[in-house]
Amino acid sequence: MTAGTGKDTARPELAYDVSSIREDFPIFREPVNGRSLVYLDNAATTQKPQSVIDAVTRFYTRECANIHRGVHYLSERATESYENSRSKIRRFINANSLQEVVFVRGTTEAVNLVAQTYGRTHVGAGDEIVISAMEHHSNIVPWQLLCEEKNARIRTVPITRTGEFMLDEYRELLGPKTRLVAVTHISNALGTINPVQEIIRLAHERNIPVLLDAAQAVQHVPIDVQALDCDFLAFSGHKMYGPTGIGVLYGKENLLEEMPPYQGGGDMISYVTFEKTLYNRLPYKFEAGTPNVAGGIGLGAAVDYLESIGLENIRAHEHDLMKYGTMELWTLDELTIIGTAREKASVLSFIIEGIHPHDIGTILDKEGVAIRTGHHCAQPVMDFFHTPATARASLGLYNTREDIQALVHGLRKVKEVFR
Amino acid sequence: MSDLRNLYQEVILDHHKRPRNFRRIENANRQADGYNPLCGDKISVYMRLENGVLADIAFIGTGCAISTASASMMTEHLKGKTEAEARIVFDQFHRLVTNHSGGPEFADIGKLAVFSGVREYPVRVKCATLAWHTMHAALDQKAETVATE
Repeated sequence: MTAGTGKDTARPELAYDVSSIREDFPIFREPVNGRSLVYLDNAATTQKPQSVIDAVTRFYTRECANIHRGVHYLSERATESYENSRSKIRRFINANSLQEVVFVRGTTEAVNLVAQTYGRTHVGAGDEIVISAMEHHSNIVPWQLLCEEKNARIRTVPITRTGEFMLDEYRELLGPKTRLVAVTHISNALGTINPVQEIIRLAHERNIPVLLDAAQAVQHVPIDVQALDCDFLAFSGHKMYGPTGIGVLYGKENLLEEMPPYQGGGDMISYVTFEKTLYNRLPYKFEAGTPNVAGGIGLGAAVDYLESIGLENIRAHEHDLMKYGTMELWTLDELTIIGTAREKASVLSFIIEGIHPHDIGTILDKEGVAIRTGHHCAQPVMDFFHTPATARASLGLYNTREDIQALVHGLRKVKEVFR
Repeated sequence: MSDLRNLYQEVILDHHKRPRNFRRIENANRQADGYNPLCGDKISVYMRLENGVLADIAFIGTGCAISTASASMMTEHLKGKTEAEARIVFDQFHRLVTNHSGGPEFADIGKLAVFSGVREYPVRVKCATLAWHTMHAALDQKAETVATE
């Protein structure tokens, strides 16, 4: 392999024209610290294309009304836009029906919803929930809360030194007490793409349902919930170029149907007296209160945007960029990449001997390069690699080789400061 | 680069590479732990307080350059000071790294003035003050871990 500047690395046919894609994102016209922005913190949140911003603005400017109850024109229009987004999302993940697409605040709420409804009715004393050692805190803590309440316990699938899910150990952990498997599709701290198809197959052999945390997956790889046969899938809008405060829980209809409501309030009911309440049909049973209407509409626009480019094209572009970035980072002495699984997406997590990630982050910021430093809400992963924190560059569909070069240039400056 | 040098001054980099008083004090009579969940920095501050005077002060832990250098220079600065003086320097240091309007002059703060650059980096203030909060907790002999979040 060539450990050069990258200019000698053969450049494959581009999946799409990145420079015109970048023009869709107004943020790249804003200078940061006097420089044009190099944004490599996409695993935290992505920037928004004009079409998403416009969809949200259009709602507040021309369609603002509450949904599902008004008889007036605007309410009908707002309801139609909001529900139209739901159908876009259904198509995007290939859910079987609209009843299976529940709007929530984000991945965290989706996981909590399943823990507090499915979990509370199916998990009892001595039961087990299987997660992996690379989970985000949002796919650990909701299960801990449930286990504390029910006197159940969490079993953790170990990972290898490269950050890969250990399938054999996983198979061993599945047993008669396992009530649910909850694993991440793609690790936010390491970039590992987990063998989710196999994970689901093995669980289903024992009739154990599987929840996939797809917060880091929906924006990078095509997802088909029916082909995967996952029972629940959770993701956030803001990591897939949509607004903050909106996300989705997909659940198989039969499971959602038998689950009790998560929160009580308006919209989730069909008939209320002081003695008894009849719950609304799916998915509204899980959507108490006025939802994030603007967010839902914006998320629909984000789905349109992703589909206009094509997830396969995005995957190819980001994959090429990640390989290039990996090669470029290797040219720096004393730098170690944390997470070197064979199947990876988007994430370049690393440490530099003798320099704390936080110092790296501050110096890169001065160079106009935005990365994330810290434990990435995955402290067990940090503990496993014996580091309190890493520096993490994470790629999105608009990143370029020039962004990677700016990162490497900034890292050389870091080393200069700490020489 | 000059901006960055304002934060990462030579003296800070030197204390980061070779932290002073980086050790446990076996016969310490005051001790506290500090933790910054944002970046995972951990520190333990040890003191030997004799007749109201800091006869010895030291620390161990892991952290970024700013937090390590701050801890190191804190121990150098406070050794031999009275408990009351240490509390005053704590206040002065806190104002030094947070006060944008300048505030009163810090006549006694000496070399610690190199940390004034931190005030331009609000997210790094917690790095600079972790050791100080921990020291303060040790003086108060609080048993629990001090967290900056």
